[in-house]
Amino acid sequence: MNDALINTLNSIIASATPLIIASLGETITERAGVINLSLNGSILLSAMAGFAVATVTSSLWLGILIAMLIGAVIAFLVAFGSLTLKQDQVAIGFVLTLLTADLAQFLGTDFQNIEGPVAREITIPLLSDIPILGGIFFEHDAFVYFSFVLLAVVWIFMFRSRAGLSLRAVGERPEAAFSRGVNVTTQQYLYTIIGGALVGLAGAAYSLGVKAGWQATPAMNGDGWIALAIVIFGGWHPARVVFGAYLFAILRSLVSIIQRDPNIDIPVVLLNNLPWILMIVTLALVSGGVIDRLLQMLPLHWQRRLRGILRSNPPEALGQVFNNQK
Amino acid sequence: MQIELQNINKHFGAVHANKDISLTFPEGRIVGILGENGAGKSTLMKILSGYQPASSGNILIDGQKVDYTGPLAAIANGIGMLQQDPLDVGAFTVLENFVFGREPASLIDRWFHNKSSAREQLHSITANFGFKLDPEMLISELSIAQRQQLEIVRLLAQNVQTLILDEPTTGISADQKELLFSILREMANDGMTILLVSHKLEDVIALCDQVAVLRTGAIVGEREMPATKAELVTLMFGEDLPTPQRQHKNLDRQAIVLELDNLSASSGRLQMHDIHLSVRAGEVIGLAGLDGSGQDLLMRTIAGLHPVEQGRRVFNNTDVTNKTYHYLYDRGVVYCAAGRIEEGLIAGLTLTEHVALTQGTGMRIDWQRARTSTTDKIENYDVRGQHNDTIEQLSGGNQQRVLMSLIEQHPKLMLLEQPTRGLDVDSASGIWEKLLERCANGSVLIFSSPELDEILTYSDRILVCYAGETYLVDDPSTITSTQLGHMIGGEFQR
Amino acid sequence: MTIRDFSIRLGLTLIPIILSILATAGLILLLGGDPISVYSTLYESAFQDQTTVARVLNVWIPLTLVSIGLVVTFTAGLWNIGVEGQMVMGAVFASWGALFLDLPPILLIPINLVLATIGGLLWGVLVGILKTRLGVHEIFGGVALNAIANNIAIFLIAGPWEPPEGGSAQSTAPFPENALLPTFSVDFPVPTVLLVITIVGLVIVGFLLYFTRWGLELKAVGKNARSALLLGVRTERVSLMALALGGAFAGLAGAHRVLHFYASLRPLVSGGIGFLGLLLVLLVGFRIIWMPFVGFVLAGLLAGSTRLQALQRIRPELVGDSSLVGVLQGLLVLMILYFNGIRERWFARDKARKANIHE
Repeated sequence: MNDALINTLNSIIASATPLIIASLGETITERAGVINLSLNGSILLSAMAGFAVATVTSSLWLGILIAMLIGAVIAFLVAFGSLTLKQDQVAIGFVLTLLTADLAQFLGTDFQNIEGPVAREITIPLLSDIPILGGIFFEHDAFVYFSFVLLAVVWIFMFRSRAGLSLRAVGERPEAAFSRGVNVTTQQYLYTIIGGALVGLAGAAYSLGVKAGWQATPAMNGDGWIALAIVIFGGWHPARVVFGAYLFAILRSLVSIIQRDPNIDIPVVLLNNLPWILMIVTLALVSGGVIDRLLQMLPLHWQRRLRGILRSNPPEALGQVFNNQK
Repeated sequence: MQIELQNINKHFGAVHANKDISLTFPEGRIVGILGENGAGKSTLMKILSGYQPASSGNILIDGQKVDYTGPLAAIANGIGMLQQDPLDVGAFTVLENFVFGREPASLIDRWFHNKSSAREQLHSITANFGFKLDPEMLISELSIAQRQQLEIVRLLAQNVQTLILDEPTTGISADQKELLFSILREMANDGMTILLVSHKLEDVIALCDQVAVLRTGAIVGEREMPATKAELVTLMFGEDLPTPQRQHKNLDRQAIVLELDNLSASSGRLQMHDIHLSVRAGEVIGLAGLDGSGQDLLMRTIAGLHPVEQGRRVFNNTDVTNKTYHYLYDRGVVYCAAGRIEEGLIAGLTLTEHVALTQGTGMRIDWQRARTSTTDKIENYDVRGQHNDTIEQLSGGNQQRVLMSLIEQHPKLMLLEQPTRGLDVDSASGIWEKLLERCANGSVLIFSSPELDEILTYSDRILVCYAGETYLVDDPSTITSTQLGHMIGGEFQR
Repeated sequence: MTIRDFSIRLGLTLIPIILSILATAGLILLLGGDPISVYSTLYESAFQDQTTVARVLNVWIPLTLVSIGLVVTFTAGLWNIGVEGQMVMGAVFASWGALFLDLPPILLIPINLVLATIGGLLWGVLVGILKTRLGVHEIFGGVALNAIANNIAIFLIAGPWEPPEGGSAQSTAPFPENALLPTFSVDFPVPTVLLVITIVGLVIVGFLLYFTRWGLELKAVGKNARSALLLGVRTERVSLMALALGGAFAGLAGAHRVLHFYASLRPLVSGGIGFLGLLLVLLVGFRIIWMPFVGFVLAGLLAGSTRLQALQRIRPELVGDSSLVGVLQGLLVLMILYFNGIRERWFARDKARKANIHE
């Protein structure tokens, strides 16, 4: 395997990282039955704020912290508007995605196109010496390693822990969760805010990591929507969500390879459509029940094993607000 | 343990659902809570099991006043309730559902549920009762009876001393019912208190040691069992009810309206093959079966809402196998789902708007006509609501009556899932009067119901569904409710 | 309604407006600007005289056009986020006519408007087909088609439609005079045709929505598509028609941008007006009757922000640009939604308390 390929794969891993963090965050939120549609703006504002704070204070950690805090606050606003004030969840999320994007642009004017701190690459001793794999997976900044750990943690939490049972039950059948002593609304607030904090972290992973800095037309604009689509494509399962994020990253890297190849003459702007077309195609595949049909073809034994990963139904109570008085 | 209810009151807005109810449930007894739909039995039991707070009144356990909030606290006090639609999570496995919400046994268990010990416990209790529950099955793949069994097992594992069951025999087969009743008797012998909420007299007669009867939110009678059906009817209604008599119709000379020829359809795991059925004008076909045995699939397939995989669907001598619901709708096919407000009515639209939507064609709406017609429907169907009330402001029973009133006057074919769901006996017979009137004018009615008696009473023929297989009963007067109960459990050979 | 109820309602409508104005002022202060002069500049550059009012109307027309379509799609329960892309496609189609058809204005203008309508309509129907046939939610279909429409426009500007003198990828060559929409007068440069279409559109769509079976069917589908289907409504057709109509109006809005506002095709030609339309419709709670009036205020803010930016070089205390106005508008809608919730809670509690006293 040549070095160029290893480098490409390494950069795919790096560029997928913010998408992974954001879509895992949203997966948690949606598993609790809440849709946080503000992702796109949320990522922009937290990216800008994280970068600004890190630049002013020269503290990367403070920047990351502020980014997460902003993501959490936006998520709280979604939860408050929909769970407590019973307003349309999608409307609140949509308004917030526009509002926060404008806010990022407005407040970020002074930080455009300046040099700022960037997360260092940390080479993991021993692991990075593994041939091929070491170079692909273990020469990255801390965000990337965090995304590895995050997948494991979210997976174990969701499917192996007691609290994970409550989380899933709240999104699937809140009445049942209530009957087992779960405070549905509190849990929904909690997981919306945790999910939002991760979305904020994803913002920092852009502006302090792969797409360092802040521009007038931010490079990460649009990725929030992609992350939302990845959650659906991923069937609300953390492992498949991460797979989806890597799939998008691979496609984007292919686009840039084609772009650099002088023998292929396709206008760049049209190539830029590919991720969006892929988004539609993948959503159509999932919603059209193709994955469900594949699942039905497997032997029963395998169906059971893969059920969690292959299912593509949204949480039953997604987007519905629980009201115990009924 | 002995439970005492003192002066329980419950208000929902202007509705007084429980009126000053005082009752005592002694230890080791099976008590029937009898009453029509809407009499307030479920509300009372929800208060006792912590699902809803009472507006006023006390609950005493062994003489001690208890004050709990939430079902978990009720369970901690030894009171557990099995809801009519069991409150479990469809996406969970049996094991996950068994563990969910229970007190952790150890420190590790507090964070990560201990699968092996839970599995052992589940196995030992289920084996004890003769239940067959695979711990790795998904809840959504279980039958209602199995989900009930799991809930009972779960509540017992949490040391519940008083078990409340809300209409547990609706939607289960005769065999499953026998198994359930024998276990309940066994539990009562071991000193548990069982409260059976039901509107079915035969269940209460078969099982209970004593009954309390509710009518419009108040206790109207209490007595020791045994009692005859007639005595209970008198308690429930204050008078004897005439049992509706089925008239034998001779339909041989009527035209064939619907013909299913070798029809196959499937949905998920459920597969229905080679269904033959031909229905003549004016006929009433009852579909009997456990929840998800194919009745709904069959009706949706006939209505054009679900694709026909093989065979033919012939309507009025025309092959309509590949036609859509709208094609059939325009030619007099009506389909009503059991979900009411979710599937059939539109929250946010008024009664008049519903009527306007279903009447007339063209861009213009004749509001005057719609209003007049709404007035008629409100009167004829005894709907308690005004023209400009939005549909969700109405009670469940009234919504059902509105839905039935929207069926046009001379449909060719009516496909109705549970047409009298949630209605009391009076309203149900009112609805049936209207439906049979249409049948007398030549409409075909195909309906499903979890109430076997309703099917036996009104059907000219019965199609029994079991796991997608069907069996046709040509003359319902030859079978009893118990026999039908066995048939829906898959025993077609009488 | 008692006087007390009325004053509570009034208060709960005014407070969110005041709050969002104050919060935005805080942000201006944060960036070292002077909120009072920013606000007064915004006001002056919108409502001062005939010229400024014309400027506002030139935002109001496309804004109202997209909003008419959005009321229809919202009534059908659809989140037509794809409205931006529909505007862009309308603009692209109209631009093709303007660039390549050499006809007298009397023919060219109607043809271009029809082309724009078709462009927007096609893009709207595409969202609908993705939703009804392939199960792709209209929000995702819309977002993707927005991006794709913008990419197509940029491709055309930088490629096939590049101005002969070599482009900076900033715009196509200016359109010939005969392709531009005739205006009211030189002092009042508002395209008469589109102003009339907008007002007529408002009236007709309002009538359709409130007084016809089609409106009732839209409402039924929007509130519960499954029930509507069972009650005999052709739900797929209704959804597709709503999106087609929404797209058509958005296409006309796009035509205004290229055939009058810019007089050429530019990247991001919609200028965010589609999204602003979504905010507007949320703000008025889907009531078409309020739309033109509230829309005028929002249009004024957006028109004012351009002027604000232009004045910044000489007056540094005027911080902000269109994003500042975006923040103000976003805050306003958010606050209104929140206070709707607060009002509903308040009156529900009030009602419950009265019911208790009653017993």
